Amino acid sequence: MTSLVVDGVHAFYGHIHALHGVSITVQPGEIVTLIGANGAGKSTTLKTIAGFLRPRPGRILLEGKPIAGLPPHEITRRGVCLVPEGRRIFPRMTVLENLEMGAFARGGRREIQDDLDRVCRLFPRLGERLGQTAGTLSGGEQQMLAIGRALMSRPRILLLDEPSMGLAPVLVELIFRTIQEINAQGVTILLVEQNALMALGVARRGYVLETGRVVLTDVAERLRENDLVRKSYLGEL
Amino acid sequence: MAAWRALRSIAGAPSRARLGGRVVQRIAPYRSPLLVLLLFLLYPLVDHNAGHVNAAADAAVYVLLALGLNIVVGFAGLLDLGYAAFFAIGSYTYAFAASPFYGLHLPFWPMLLVAAIIAGVFGALLGAPTLRLRGDYLAIVTLGFGEIVPTVFLNLQKYTGGTNGIVGIDQPVLFGYHFGFNPVPYYYTLLGIIMLSVVAVLRLRDSRLGRAWLAVREDEIAAASMGINLTTTKLLAFSFGAFFSGFAGALYVAKLGIVSPDQFNFTVSFTILAMVVLGGMGSVFGVIAGAGILYEFQTLFLTDLTQWSHSLGAALHLPLLTRLNFVNLKFLLYGLGLIALMLLRPEGLFPERRIKAIITERVSEEIPPGDVTEVAGVAGSAPAAEGTPPREYAREE
Repeated sequence: MTSLVVDGVHAFYGHIHALHGVSITVQPGEIVTLIGANGAGKSTTLKTIAGFLRPRPGRILLEGKPIAGLPPHEITRRGVCLVPEGRRIFPRMTVLENLEMGAFARGGRREIQDDLDRVCRLFPRLGERLGQTAGTLSGGEQQMLAIGRALMSRPRILLLDEPSMGLAPVLVELIFRTIQEINAQGVTILLVEQNALMALGVARRGYVLETGRVVLTDVAERLRENDLVRKSYLGEL
Repeated sequence: MAAWRALRSIAGAPSRARLGGRVVQRIAPYRSPLLVLLLFLLYPLVDHNAGHVNAAADAAVYVLLALGLNIVVGFAGLLDLGYAAFFAIGSYTYAFAASPFYGLHLPFWPMLLVAAIIAGVFGALLGAPTLRLRGDYLAIVTLGFGEIVPTVFLNLQKYTGGTNGIVGIDQPVLFGYHFGFNPVPYYYTLLGIIMLSVVAVLRLRDSRLGRAWLAVREDEIAAASMGINLTTTKLLAFSFGAFFSGFAGALYVAKLGIVSPDQFNFTVSFTILAMVVLGGMGSVFGVIAGAGILYEFQTLFLTDLTQWSHSLGAALHLPLLTRLNFVNLKFLLYGLGLIALMLLRPEGLFPERRIKAIITERVSEEIPPGDVTEVAGVAGSAPAAEGTPPREYAREE
């Protein structure tokens, strides 16, 4: 069954019409990326899926069941976890407490410990800094923590909003490698990126958004060859 | 659900466990607070000045209020400028139930709990409309509630006694002992209730709900993404916060014997908030100290200071000094004090561990400021991209 269906979703910020009927599907085990310029509606799409905006109108189905209109915490509890733009770790909690917060919505001490070990294997830098106050981590470490924290909720779909934002190139590479690794462990990923080249490098399929509409969709390799994409988002002339 | 779990976690005493040894083990880390408690237990036996004990009992009322407001402001990070509203509701609850006004004379002790519960219910009711607001917007709405509630008590003259308020409120009786106007029994009652409240508040803080409050304080968007129900988490913060003001209100009017709307104006909300900020938001023992210090400062120290200044002025023939009245300058001094505090020690006198941690770690590790995400108003500025959440991120209907 399709993991996630976004069907004809419109969304508003107050009176500003931000999404004009966006439709996206994500199959189980895929990495799908949304690319587009600033203000195209990429983050808005993720926020709408995660429940921070209500689709008006539009349908969102998680494994066939409608989730549109549910509050964010309910959507998280159903297995969709958002790693928000700008990381949004809990700065005054320790790294460990941040990770524990990720498992807030579920029980099972053993499983949580297993997941902690798994996250620490994925991000050894976090494992070394469990007792450190999260606000004192570097930007790259904070991004790792944000992803690790989301993994602690055992999501079936991970929504990543601009994970490369503000990171040094070497860290961007590391984050993207990890995204592939997480995906290989069976987590479906919907990735929003401004760094279209990197995003299309890891994704299987992609959607190009412009002013709140999907203007193009294809498998990632073909999108990379596409003239519009090359001109607009990959910076080629 | 969350409420039930929270209640259970407070009540979850080690009932089946072997007491004795375990008790000793558990209180060991609280040695210094217990020592301080002992000093406070002995205080009325040492100081026979009834005025001082009276001031201490009144200070204890404010300690309870500060403990309650700290849940809202310190734990959950919801700036509440109208906390006196709940103090008023708790106070009037007992006044209605135990005075000649309605001819009801319900016993004090159960009413103490009823007042707290009613205040807690109103905490949730008044919290509900503010759920989607944050920061300055929330502060303004709570400020409005803080004004509305006393005004309602003022204008519903037929039901509340209006400006005159309610007089002749019953004084507590414990096993045939009448409290009367002697401050000492009130002092001990308040001390006992503060003790229970501190235990409850600490357990709340360390509960699942407490962790959710902390997450909401740090970042609402992230908290919701972790599966935290923002609605119930915030409502429970308002409700538990208001609960303690109900204790404070009932005790306060029982001791005073009179209640009127002007006892709950904005300066009361402001004073309690100043106590929380002074002691250190989020720090339980900090806000207790903050409340005690500020109350004693305004009632005892400023009065004494005025007298000293008058005697000094008389001795030195300085008419200016004889005319100074520091009690009237209270809010000027508060204001200056708060400015100094924000400049010199923004985390408060006895900061919460987490706030202290981030300040000391930052200094010791020399981290460039750009790498530290938002630490709301405590530790410097954050880069724009990571600053306060853009407003449109809030849930839209």
